[in-house]
Amino acid sequence: MKDAHHKGEGHQEGHGTVYKYGMVINLDKCTGCGACMVACMAENNIPFRKEDTNDRLTQNFWMRVYKISNGGSFPDNDICYLPRPCMHCEGHGHHNRTPCVTVCPAVATDYNHETGIVSQIYTRCFGCRYCMAACPYHVRVFNWWDPKWPEGMEEYLNPDVSPRMRGVVEKCSFCFHRLQRARNKAYSEDRREVHEDEYQTACTQACPAGAITFGDLTNPEHKVYELKKTPNAFRLLEVLGTNPKVYYTSSRAWVRKAADVYVGKEGSGVTHT
Amino acid sequence: MKLDRRAFIELTVGASLGAGAGITFSPLPWKLTDDVAIWTQNWPWTPVPSEGQVSHADTICNLCPGHCGITVRKVEGRVTKIEGRQGYPVNDGGICPLGAAGLQLLYGPWRVPGPVRRVGKRGERNWERISWDKAIAEVVTKLSDLRSKGKPDTVACITATDQGTVPQLFSRFMEAYGSPNYIRTASAEDTNELAMKLLQGKDASVGYDLEKANFILSFGSGLIEGWGSPVRTIQAHSKWRSGNGKKAATVVQIEPRLSNTAAKADMWYPVNPGTETALALGLAHVIIKDSLYDSTFVNNSTSGFAEWRKMVMSEYSPGDVSATTGLSAAKITNLARAFAKAGRPLAVWGRGKGTTPGSLYECMAVLALNALVGNINKSGGVWTTLRSTDLGWPEVPQDRIASSGNGKPRLDGAGTQNYPLVKYRPDELPKIINDNPEAIQALLVHEADPYFTTMDTNRVAEAFEKIPFIVSFSTYFDETAQHADLILPNDHYLERWEDIPSPVGFHKEVLGVSRPVVDRQFDTKHAGDTVMAIAKKLGGTVANAFPWDDYEAVLKEAMGADWDTLAESGYVAKAGSTPSGKFEFYAKPYEPIELEGDSYTQPLTLIPMELMRLASGAIGNPPFCTKTLEETELKGNDLFVEVNPKTAGDYGLADEKYAMLETYRGKAKVLIHLSEGIMPGLVGIPKGLGHTGYDDYLAGKGVNANSFMGVVEDPVSGLSATWGIRAKLTSV
Repeated sequence: MKDAHHKGEGHQEGHGTVYKYGMVINLDKCTGCGACMVACMAENNIPFRKEDTNDRLTQNFWMRVYKISNGGSFPDNDICYLPRPCMHCEGHGHHNRTPCVTVCPAVATDYNHETGIVSQIYTRCFGCRYCMAACPYHVRVFNWWDPKWPEGMEEYLNPDVSPRMRGVVEKCSFCFHRLQRARNKAYSEDRREVHEDEYQTACTQACPAGAITFGDLTNPEHKVYELKKTPNAFRLLEVLGTNPKVYYTSSRAWVRKAADVYVGKEGSGVTHT
Repeated sequence: MKLDRRAFIELTVGASLGAGAGITFSPLPWKLTDDVAIWTQNWPWTPVPSEGQVSHADTICNLCPGHCGITVRKVEGRVTKIEGRQGYPVNDGGICPLGAAGLQLLYGPWRVPGPVRRVGKRGERNWERISWDKAIAEVVTKLSDLRSKGKPDTVACITATDQGTVPQLFSRFMEAYGSPNYIRTASAEDTNELAMKLLQGKDASVGYDLEKANFILSFGSGLIEGWGSPVRTIQAHSKWRSGNGKKAATVVQIEPRLSNTAAKADMWYPVNPGTETALALGLAHVIIKDSLYDSTFVNNSTSGFAEWRKMVMSEYSPGDVSATTGLSAAKITNLARAFAKAGRPLAVWGRGKGTTPGSLYECMAVLALNALVGNINKSGGVWTTLRSTDLGWPEVPQDRIASSGNGKPRLDGAGTQNYPLVKYRPDELPKIINDNPEAIQALLVHEADPYFTTMDTNRVAEAFEKIPFIVSFSTYFDETAQHADLILPNDHYLERWEDIPSPVGFHKEVLGVSRPVVDRQFDTKHAGDTVMAIAKKLGGTVANAFPWDDYEAVLKEAMGADWDTLAESGYVAKAGSTPSGKFEFYAKPYEPIELEGDSYTQPLTLIPMELMRLASGAIGNPPFCTKTLEETELKGNDLFVEVNPKTAGDYGLADEKYAMLETYRGKAKVLIHLSEGIMPGLVGIPKGLGHTGYDDYLAGKGVNANSFMGVVEDPVSGLSATWGIRAKLTSV
């Protein structure tokens, strides 16, 4: 990672100011309470259905908390919760290989080099779902039905996020609309940079355990900068080279190990950074 | 023109080529495809939320006794988000899933739109809208009638808490009307209050200074599953889990099942369920034997130690306790030493979320463990948090009928010779009514859902059938409201003023006031105003008991000098006073709380599982929360019960297959979830499903855990000490 940092402004690359927004999730603190999921659904106008209790194939979650187990027998069994937003994969090199971006025939999803956020433009998406197949993290969901809210409930919809229509794919945006709001505020105050506390995702803000930390991974003044370097930090499926911007920390070795699924000797050369 | 074969072929090929070229070079098909794509995405029924001025307003969440500070984000008059309030002394910015889903309760179809009267049979969900005047007049007619017949004591009133002005208005109404049957729904608070009365001689509850402790010994408390004030406890948990390389606190969980709290703990000891009291006393044995107790505190600030010590030393050696609990003597000894030597140890009581009263002995044994290490009313310890229902109101004027009615014994027996210690025994009500259908002629229910939350659901349903007149003040179509004759809906908690008492389990006193942050959405009325309107219409001394113009006047007067601060910032954090008085060691060997049922035909033990994502109290789970349930908890409308693979092997059960779950109290078909996290021989059932009220987003999903449980009386308190029941699982 480059060291050309300007205090609080992200680092310069080419002409624009470049940020790499990312997350560090402390799995020792995460209690699996689900507040992040609910806050995300409320913030991002995510629809729900009477029938959709627990059909994981068709349920719509941008942030989903997985429950993983060490597989031990009673009483050596152990479980851990793992919140999973979009990883906002950067890939490597100039021609990044964000898995979903490379396969989208409609340029409905793109990697933004100024923010590090993988976008999703609903009106461009025509629902081929290649991106869903390409995403190794299952973060993308398809709208199989018209979004319908029970009578009166449309009142709570957030105008900053457009409700999606049937037939398109959607996913976690790192609450991009909150960045837009923060940028507008900064510009109106004649600032170019957005402060760390001005732009936080809904899940980060809601988490009662303080398990999620969000910020610019390249800015040494942001908390995530150091957190991602702690010895217990890891990312999901690093072997794929997707270069995700969501890091996890856990003091439990079996949890760290569960994050990568290696075939044969694949994992031998990979170091957890 | 003659059309021969050649000309025909030429013409056909030419036309085809022309059409092909036309399609290729004409913009029309591309335009049409594009239009179709746009059309498919511009369906007018996809809502476009209206823009507008954004503002924020602070209030307090009232969905559980945790009472977090919340900030709502508004766009013009609409509430679009509920977030935790930054800097609030309870939850400092955090929020739980239920609190965040409060919007769905505000705008959902489960709101009672205005006063309604039942049409057709009870529970048919057939309602007729009536005016407020008419609704109040109907209640007044019925209550006047009972009064004139000299039967005011046959009216009962149930509220979720007795703290604060609104529950106290109901309590006052009952006194002025002439009925001693004001009842509060059951929770661990009943036992906490009773223990404080017995051990400290105070009208108080138990507060835990979780944040400052460095060794937490939890006796089955769901510390990260909704125990106490849920967000506050989770935040304390995060403090314990942080620290450079070394965790700031050691957490030990005593529980027969790998709950989230157990999974996160440093040590998980699955002891035989129901033997927790023995374990606490066994730990005390080791601490006394090794002289690890705080002798200064014990000598100066307690009484009854000598006798208690004798009991503990003679009956609870690690060897004896090991046989009872299933935990090895070495583990018991090591745990006791680690606890006593930790510096700031804290033993925590209250099973799961604390929604049931539980065993008084168990509560007292855990508190005694804290007293042993000198951990009472000090930093990092257990606090006596004073509870008062006295709002300084003038004495209630009573006419002859009222004093005669109030002179009758309470129906639930609380405070009578048999149950002198407790104030309320709500779990007893169904039995009383079923035994004597005349006992209750009218029932008023405010902010509680006894139909759903009381144990032994089938008996509760029978009892409800027998009550001739039921009035609900519920904001939502909950089960009790569904079975009422009249609903006089209260304003939603985001629409009303109300004082909010200190959060449960919190060691500091925080008085809050919730305020309207959104306009009234329906034709509802503040329950405080409704009850006063009923009283005023009843006239005489009942009316005279309420000298206030409206609820806001009641609130302002009750808050007194704090009002200005409350009106401005929404809360007052009070400096806790340290109550004087000695801690009493209560020397009586414990009697285990026996399970209902037959161990031969019902060889398994059913225990409730309380989950953070599943509201198990009076408030039904909003759709957002139900959606987050695990696929091993609910599938479609079918509920999973958790069993160990060993149990499944013994009884021929298979993963994700149906089985019939049967106890002495209820029977239902469930799905089996095999888990290595539960002790063999146990069956875990999620608590909070099986609603019939609210609407299709919740009703009909799963089975109510309470429908399998019966009431087992605590030998001392007389409260329900049920922690499980014997059960049978057969594959179907």
